[in-house]
Amino acid sequence: MTAADTLDVSPYVKPEADGSHGMDVAVEGITCGACIGRIEHAVKSLPGVTEARVNYTNRRLHVAWSDALEEPGRIFETLQANGYRGHPFVPLRAEQEEAEEARKLTRCLAVAGFAAMNVMLLSVSVWSGNVTDITPETRDFFHWASALIALPAAAYAGRPFFSSAWMALRAGQLNMNVPISLGVILALGMSVIETANHAREAYFDSALMLLFFLLVGRALDHAMRRKTRATASNLAALRAEIAHRFDGDELVRVLAASLKVGDRVLVKPGERVPADGEVIGGASEVDESLITGETARRSIRSGAKVYAGSLNFSGTLTLRVTAAGGSALIDEIEKLLDKAASAKSHTRRLADRAARIYAPIVHTTAALTLAGWLFAGASAHDAIITAIAVLIITCPCALALAIPAVQVVASGAMFRRGIILNSGDAIERLAEADTIVFDKTGTLTLPEPRVVNAGATDPAVLQAAARLAQSSRHPLAMALAKETASAAPFDAAVEEPGQGVRAVVDGAEMRLGSAGFCNVAPGVSGEIGASHIYFRHGDRIATFAIAQSLRPDAIETVQALRDLGFDLHILSGDRNEAVAPVAEALGIPQWQGGVNPAEKIAFIEALKAQGRRVLMVGDGLNDAPSLAAAHVSLSPISAADVTQAQADAVFRGERLAPVGDAVTIARKARRLMIENLWLAALYNLIAVPVAIAGLVTPLIAAAAMSGSSMLVTLNALRANAKAADPDAVTTSVRSRASGEASSDSSLARGSADDTRLLEAGGAR
Amino acid sequence: MNVIIYLLPLALGLGLLGLFGFLWALKSGQYSDMEGAAYRVLSDDDVEK
Repeated sequence: MTAADTLDVSPYVKPEADGSHGMDVAVEGITCGACIGRIEHAVKSLPGVTEARVNYTNRRLHVAWSDALEEPGRIFETLQANGYRGHPFVPLRAEQEEAEEARKLTRCLAVAGFAAMNVMLLSVSVWSGNVTDITPETRDFFHWASALIALPAAAYAGRPFFSSAWMALRAGQLNMNVPISLGVILALGMSVIETANHAREAYFDSALMLLFFLLVGRALDHAMRRKTRATASNLAALRAEIAHRFDGDELVRVLAASLKVGDRVLVKPGERVPADGEVIGGASEVDESLITGETARRSIRSGAKVYAGSLNFSGTLTLRVTAAGGSALIDEIEKLLDKAASAKSHTRRLADRAARIYAPIVHTTAALTLAGWLFAGASAHDAIITAIAVLIITCPCALALAIPAVQVVASGAMFRRGIILNSGDAIERLAEADTIVFDKTGTLTLPEPRVVNAGATDPAVLQAAARLAQSSRHPLAMALAKETASAAPFDAAVEEPGQGVRAVVDGAEMRLGSAGFCNVAPGVSGEIGASHIYFRHGDRIATFAIAQSLRPDAIETVQALRDLGFDLHILSGDRNEAVAPVAEALGIPQWQGGVNPAEKIAFIEALKAQGRRVLMVGDGLNDAPSLAAAHVSLSPISAADVTQAQADAVFRGERLAPVGDAVTIARKARRLMIENLWLAALYNLIAVPVAIAGLVTPLIAAAAMSGSSMLVTLNALRANAKAADPDAVTTSVRSRASGEASSDSSLARGSADDTRLLEAGGAR
Repeated sequence: MNVIIYLLPLALGLGLLGLFGFLWALKSGQYSDMEGAAYRVLSDDDVEK
């Protein structure tokens, strides 16, 4: 094992408390509980490794080692040898903050739950005592005991609400936390005063129950977001590219993210370009479909600029890195992106709108109640008590749960269908969309080319060719290799760079490659935009046409979207000749080819000017600005990093169906949110008059609050009621088969591996 | 009813014990891998052979 073969992981190593070195690794391939033991055992048996612990929920491994382990890269070789693919990573800052926030919420929830239960025990005693024979002394004792529990507990568990409410007030605004905080503080304050006055009733239990229910909603919300965030950063780590960097004359494998400006890197055929750079040696063709949407390959030679994410097709290239950080932006895209993001009108979320209407009404009602009772001649004490009871009963328990509860259930339903939400209010905006603009390359079509004439070829020949293709890293061969599910590569297959692969099978030489190499007449299969690869085994010859093909369910999904009433468009950076057949196959008459990013934005702006709400679906770097400009946006998981960062949600797998699922779930969720808001309003309509009349007792308050919270939560669960997806199994099988062929390739950027990872993470 | 003087703090103390037990478990990372824990209990790694 020479140094050149080992991965340099130094940027990912952190010192541990006990002086050893630690690293987090995202692991792909953990599918069952037995994997935990196998991985930990294998990694721990390396000399010098002091700790190896798998986190099964997040599909991660934490390793710590002392200086006795000389090559940390061996950890990855060990994983590889055991059938797992590992990649070092540093958790995103946002993910760490989210995790800290979730822990804080859980602590608050635990305290609120403990206090609510104990105070409720005391309260039930008082309520039953009040109708039987409790002595005033015992009642006061119980109330003081309640205060002793409730005040510190509320001070601790209420912080998430108090601090947010305080911030909103200081900024001169009202959010949902203002009435919540006011209700809790007034309920507690009034209860203390009433207890001091030996009153029959106190509201300690109401205040704590309110906090408990609200914290349940928030904790759930966070748990869901944390899970999607963890999945997203695992995917980002596993997608990260390995680059071959020259250190002097020696070639070292490093992570693309650690490349610096001026580094020289080698890019072999079949690999993605790890960073923007200038070619200083070699000539090749590059496929830039991930950047421009153009499927025709561009010839490049010394002096040409290449962009991160381009696929090197034929020759070995040497580059000088001109922009560090893996995927730097093309200037033009960056400018457009800034402009689109700043022009985007900030849509106001449903919850904020509700809070804006709700808070003033509640506060006015309470003030009017106070004034009304005073006017009617009640004592100041009674009038204040009644007004506070109004605030308590209207405290937006149900209202605060109404939207988050639906969001949690809906984002869970989306997650199971392969849709990972980037932003919380994406659900509402998805529900509002009425027009869909698709990119073509990588969005309507699969991100990687496929053999398009597989059906017309003798299956035995196809199998043999696909087995042979496994020995080549050429992109065309890799596309062909996906046609076989499990066959092992032939022994002693030899790859001749720029020509093809050959092996001796059954006594005859088998060749796969260019027409000349296989001695086959170059043929034309009639497929537009197809590349050809030739095969010869003795007398048997075959020509395979390889081209971009539609996602397997694209036609059905597009039809379903049309039935839902969407106006559909295709905007592609690719040539018209390449876009026309796709548009025709899908029956979308409104399409344009050869569109540049600025024209895409202009098109979307024009639709917006007509009052349309546009859902943009795209994957290329050229789509990033239009994703930002659209009302709401979706990206396939194979999209460029910058593009994914702009999208409101990312979908995985080979199918297009998640686009349809996303809008149906979102529409249903929005309907449920509005229903919930009405339920909350209805509850207030009944409860508020009772409170204004001064008839509310703590028992009624407790029953009303928990009743209404349960009601909206149960209603939210209906967002999940759609039948379990029948296609999950087929997707998983297909991606497993194709994942096998490419799991060790730099092309793993594609859907197959990501899907496999997620399938393991999502299917449970 | 004087027995309440002892029983109430006792009941609260037991409850607090549970609460602090939970907070300790949370802090020491026992809730960070809920699914893995379900499998680890079946693993025989810690059994002397």
